[in-house]
Amino acid sequence: MGEKILLKGNELLAEAAVRAGCRFFAGYPITPQNEIPEYMSWRLPQSGGVFIQAESELAAINMLFGASAAGTRCMTSSSSPGISLKQEGISYIAAAELPCVIVNMQRGGPGLGNIRASQADYFQSVKGGGHGDYRLIVLAPGTLQEVYNLTMNAFDYADFWRNPVLILGDGILAQMAEPVEMEPYLPLMDIPTKDYVLDGCRGRAPRVIKTLILHPNIGLVVHNQNLQTKYRKIEKAIQLCEDYQTADAEIVIAGYGITGRIAKGAVKMARKKGIRAGLLRPISLWPFPRETFMKTAQTAKQFLVVEMSEGQFIEDVKLAIECRRSVEFLGQGGGWYPTQEVILEKIEHMAAQAKGGR
Amino acid sequence: MEFLHPESLSDKQTHYCPGCGHGIVHRLVAEVIDELDIREKTIATAPVGCAVMFYDYMKFDIIECAHGRSPAVATGIKRMLPDRIVFTYQGDGDLAAIGTAETIHAANRGENITVIFVNNAIYGMTGGQMAPTTLLGQQTTTTPGGRGKHQEGGPVRVCELLSSLDGVCYLERTSVSSPKDVIMAKRAIKKAFENQIDGKGYSLVEVLSMCPTDWKLAPQDAVKFINDEMKKTFPLGVFKDR
Amino acid sequence: MEETRIIIAGYGGQGVVAMGNVLARACMIEGKNVTGMVSYGVEMRGGTCSATIVVGDDEIACPFVETPDQAVILNQQSLDKYEECVIPDGLILVNSSIIQRPVKRTDLEQIQIPASQIARELGNIKGANMAALGAYIQHTGLLKMESVERGMRELFGGKNPVMTEMNVRVLREGAKRFTLVKARQKA
Repeated sequence: MGEKILLKGNELLAEAAVRAGCRFFAGYPITPQNEIPEYMSWRLPQSGGVFIQAESELAAINMLFGASAAGTRCMTSSSSPGISLKQEGISYIAAAELPCVIVNMQRGGPGLGNIRASQADYFQSVKGGGHGDYRLIVLAPGTLQEVYNLTMNAFDYADFWRNPVLILGDGILAQMAEPVEMEPYLPLMDIPTKDYVLDGCRGRAPRVIKTLILHPNIGLVVHNQNLQTKYRKIEKAIQLCEDYQTADAEIVIAGYGITGRIAKGAVKMARKKGIRAGLLRPISLWPFPRETFMKTAQTAKQFLVVEMSEGQFIEDVKLAIECRRSVEFLGQGGGWYPTQEVILEKIEHMAAQAKGGR
Repeated sequence: MEFLHPESLSDKQTHYCPGCGHGIVHRLVAEVIDELDIREKTIATAPVGCAVMFYDYMKFDIIECAHGRSPAVATGIKRMLPDRIVFTYQGDGDLAAIGTAETIHAANRGENITVIFVNNAIYGMTGGQMAPTTLLGQQTTTTPGGRGKHQEGGPVRVCELLSSLDGVCYLERTSVSSPKDVIMAKRAIKKAFENQIDGKGYSLVEVLSMCPTDWKLAPQDAVKFINDEMKKTFPLGVFKDR
Repeated sequence: MEETRIIIAGYGGQGVVAMGNVLARACMIEGKNVTGMVSYGVEMRGGTCSATIVVGDDEIACPFVETPDQAVILNQQSLDKYEECVIPDGLILVNSSIIQRPVKRTDLEQIQIPASQIARELGNIKGANMAALGAYIQHTGLLKMESVERGMRELFGGKNPVMTEMNVRVLREGAKRFTLVKARQKA
């Protein structure tokens, strides 16, 4: 057993990154993720790493491009508007197939929005965000224990798949504290030797990392096909989901991150009232845990999607179950969050309607 | 005197137009890297612009960057590999328009890198649009009536602009528009790399370079344009050396 | 045990965050599930500061608290802001040393404690938070007082052991010197 510690989500995430071997961090201040760069500014030098407060989020992500090319485990963090700025670099890093970890502690949008928690960057995270056909591995922790564990896993996934990994949190996970077991870092898998690193061509042919591939047929088309082949493999390898009491559930709530966590409370309350409710909480948002959803759709009667946005995540739920069951929606953008009571009310309403319909 | 092919320069024929200055600057960089015997520990960044395929012409490790972001990428590499030689090769649009922030802040942090800044006062790759360094009155495809002081503002003088920053070690403006200028340019480039080897911090060499195609001039007239016009706006010389 | 949702509020410098930390730490020591959140960003500007703590034996679903079961109020501004939010029949603790007006709600159980005065008497004017915490723990029995003391020592003992022991004395004094006002009516 590791030591138990009480830290803010932001600080815990930073500590997990350092323990997983992150040795380069570049970032720019934005609420509600400021404790991450603040923590890194003293913690990384202590571990022989480098922290840079960049001139912009754009510069920060490009510093990662360089640090990753140099073979270093690296991370940047920001919140929604800053993540928008990073999209250019993310597309390049994905195209160059370099590993890195990006953290988005989402806040209310669009525009400058507000600093309340939000989940309105779902599309941006899982459908692209930047230009071109690329994917990020997107991990959505719902507890601080998961923040700790998934941050460590993120570096392994990034290195193994040579792909950027996005940790999609929100203002609540960033700012809340709860006890966490600090397990020592253990790699998830064997990481292949980094044979792409630019460290000077002594004893080998010069290497080039580039994303300009002018020839369509023998070049960019093939590169895209190779990327897609890799993405299909990732889809087979990573489909993470918390499945809570869905075996006999008539109403299944789907929610990720903090909403999934709150929804779990609502499911417990509903069960106490005799309503057969369950929860599916995707932990990997891309790849989406489609198989678990499809399996659950065979037994559940209806779904309820809860998200802190105006209906983004619901599209993937409908796709995953191929619209085989009715899907109700509870969500708002702009810094709104659901309470267990609000979700329970909706569940009760759905249960009553289902009864009335019989 | 023997005229040898530098080891750092590949055999590949460049895609540059007749009379373009990039080929000369490439060769100078390659010669300097050979002379300093640092080819096997050098990592360069390629820009977006005419020199985007820099990586095809050089025989050392190269990373091609998003437009203007080379100084940030170079920062990431150099900070993680401080004993390697890291340089950026950038054009005027890359360095002084879209990448201004990255340039100024890498310089201000005193990153121990070398910057080769090729200034030909125009966007070559995209077909001759106005650059941040386009001269007043100069016609481009986006300033058909000539660059105007009040619409477009005057040309950005990078060496002068950066000279006020404490992090900067060395700034020199050179040219490849005459044999004497070429020799001076090579000397400056060598010094900029030596500074990095000595750990002295950010060094930038600006090189005024010909673009006959987009200037719509014969190669010899392009050379004359630099000597007669560009040098008035961009005087050659050392702007900082500490 | 059901979840207990607590809000602690005061002005910056009254030790709202420290009190939240001690409470959360003590919960952890007793093996309870706990979440803590502190107001951040622009909410912090303008003087008031709040911390919300949720304690339970089961997993905590929502760390955010809008309608707390219990409120620990250290200054007048916070009373104005949070009095209405407390659930019907909830508990409110007020620092009577500096809060002039009475609590308006009649359905709340009230703890009146001269927290700032106790702190001043014991030689640490910044200890009002710990006096309030002592009274709160004594009345609610949420945690053992020893756990709270241990939490204080773990958090601050290393940095400033003398001040920490002074604060422990303030905590114990607070546990003795509060007045309980029963709710006058059911909500």
